[in-house]
Amino acid sequence: MKLNFTEQQNAFREEIRTWLAENVPAEPLKTFDTEEGFQQHREWEATLNKGRWGMVTWPEDLGGRACDLIEWLIFEEEYYRAGAPLRVNQNGIFLLGPTLMEYGTQEQKERFLPRMATGEDVWAQGWSEPNAGSDMAAIRSTAKREGDKYIINGQKTWSTRAVWADWLFGMFRTDPESERHRGLTFILVPLDTPGITVRPIPQLDGLPGFAEIFFDNVEVDVSNRLGDEGAGWSVAMATAGFERGLMLRSPARFQETARRLVELYRANQASADRDPGVRDAVIRAWMDAESYCLSTYQTACRLSQGGKIGAESSTNKIFWSELDQNMHGTAMSLLGARAELLPHAPDAQGVGTWLDGWMFAQSGPIYAGTNEIQRNIIAERMLGMPR
Amino acid sequence: MDFTFSEDQLLFRDSVRDFLVNEVTPERVRASWEKDDGRDAELWQQLAELGLCGMTVPEDFGGLGMNELDFVLLAQECGYVALPEPLVNTALVAVPVLSRLGGEAASEYLPRIASGELRVAVGCSENGLVEDAAQAGLLLWAEPEAFYVLTAEQFSTRYNPSVDPSRRLYAVELGSDAKPVATGDQAQALYQAVLDRGALGAAAQALGLAQRMIDISVQYSSERQQFGKPIGSFQAVKHHMANVAVRLEYAKAPVHRAAYALAEDAAGASEAVSHAKLVACEAANLAAKNSIQVHGAMGYTWEVDLHIFMKKAWALAGSFGDTGFHKQRIAEHIFADGAALGAGTTFA
Repeated sequence: MKLNFTEQQNAFREEIRTWLAENVPAEPLKTFDTEEGFQQHREWEATLNKGRWGMVTWPEDLGGRACDLIEWLIFEEEYYRAGAPLRVNQNGIFLLGPTLMEYGTQEQKERFLPRMATGEDVWAQGWSEPNAGSDMAAIRSTAKREGDKYIINGQKTWSTRAVWADWLFGMFRTDPESERHRGLTFILVPLDTPGITVRPIPQLDGLPGFAEIFFDNVEVDVSNRLGDEGAGWSVAMATAGFERGLMLRSPARFQETARRLVELYRANQASADRDPGVRDAVIRAWMDAESYCLSTYQTACRLSQGGKIGAESSTNKIFWSELDQNMHGTAMSLLGARAELLPHAPDAQGVGTWLDGWMFAQSGPIYAGTNEIQRNIIAERMLGMPR
Repeated sequence: MDFTFSEDQLLFRDSVRDFLVNEVTPERVRASWEKDDGRDAELWQQLAELGLCGMTVPEDFGGLGMNELDFVLLAQECGYVALPEPLVNTALVAVPVLSRLGGEAASEYLPRIASGELRVAVGCSENGLVEDAAQAGLLLWAEPEAFYVLTAEQFSTRYNPSVDPSRRLYAVELGSDAKPVATGDQAQALYQAVLDRGALGAAAQALGLAQRMIDISVQYSSERQQFGKPIGSFQAVKHHMANVAVRLEYAKAPVHRAAYALAEDAAGASEAVSHAKLVACEAANLAAKNSIQVHGAMGYTWEVDLHIFMKKAWALAGSFGDTGFHKQRIAEHIFADGAALGAGTTFA
């Protein structure tokens, strides 16, 4: 055990820190749940890619830096420290990207990854359906094979970023006789294909962060299939693993929230201390964010020495989503009567982005597999309890 | 950056785990409860022969010369079996503190501790009571301004029964001839050393205790049938155990980091220890609460083994600094002017 960074790792940190200081926009971008903000974020992805900072863990020939997991964590620390923009293409670069590298053909990698890296193709997810939420194997949307085409019919929902995205990756039933997780196929669909209707769904903040998507005899070329026909479930499980795991939710984000929470507490200490529970919650928030960081580094080191991640990755999703809710809930307590004010309210000085964060934190225990589903996975696969 | 244990450390852990699980059965723990002094001389001798009593004793004094990081995984295993013998306090607290004191006391007593011949107790004024003081031939007593190394005739004891029958706690009164061997800054440093290592030992044992309570409850709920099914198949029961698994999973790395920080004498080691103690004991307390619920009325009995582990978890939560003490140390760190917090500061 050696808990400090090598010279090379420190140099890497210095390099990204310098680049971010010179390139992060001084004015925060508009939210990517507006058309203008979406475009701004797409341009930011292009800027990142030009500096070869778009996806540092990708191979060098794809514009990455072939970084290992420790360097990835360092990158994220600097990225969040610098207050750099959220990643509009996270469905692509963090979820589909790694899945493509594992299951894609050479042709598919060359076709999709470079355009994903530059932000030219922004990706949306197509997993859930009105009757297939936690029970994802209940998917009913069909993709019928006709020659070298699939004809897609059905409906997807809760499709994040779909309103302005270019492509969708999703699971469709290719074998109409099949049940549950057999007979499903992972297909990549251009969202401008005739027969597709995207209906925006306003989220808790009133903005169209997700959408439902209707497919009416949508023709997609067979070359857009990822993995074998009927093998969609195992491809999707790999993607879901990336979603719950450390690629998408690196500790830096939560540590920065904890740091801001400590600041907020210190700025409001006199009123906050009337409720001793608030001070305790701030201390807990800092400890849990720190625990999450330490555990992630420990896991990353274990994986880089050939270890495998198993069902314990489900503990990850529960831990960060509850931490995020607790931290933002504590901030709401600290802000007291001002907590309900929208950021543009004339007397909302100092409320910052806590309310937005609080609303967003409500989604954490729900998306990427509800925390109840995660608890079942932990109990059955990690602890071995009976089904 | 390497946050893993070495092959040797893991192999040693495995062999000690095998020994403890085979030898320190719940029956043997219960048998030691029935003894007047609560101790099992034969077991202590076995532990000494395995090199465990002297594991952290420098090689010059007949030990294995290992450090807090080498021992932390073993302390987890001691928790897993609820070992009544004071191995953690000896190897993780008393020996490193005596080594830091050095001088005649170290050269005289360390070889005898390593051989298992001399039992040593260690306490501090933050705690008040001392485990095994009456059974020990030597007492290390730490106050912020004075540090004592006392032989049996230099102090008297008064027994205070604990909820955990394995813990033999004593109030200690120093005799009139007791003289501190260190005062001032040196005493302060030794006092911190006792508290930090004691808290680390409690935290590591709490990890093992939480794991044991999960294992016992998973087994019980897989066998116990109601409504024609094992109760462990019900989500309400599953989620009790999953919640413990989550808290336990995220308490491990803080404990390992704290052990590393103490072994390396790193800056910030005390905060790391407080963090570790708080989260590990919280995980163990949650394990106790949810495990007794999963066991139903059986969990409320003396006969079922759960309480062996549950009671030790309750007891360790307040030892070597209670939650108030450790939260205060965290608060002093994070609420200080200019504190380095946030992304990228954890290993700085």
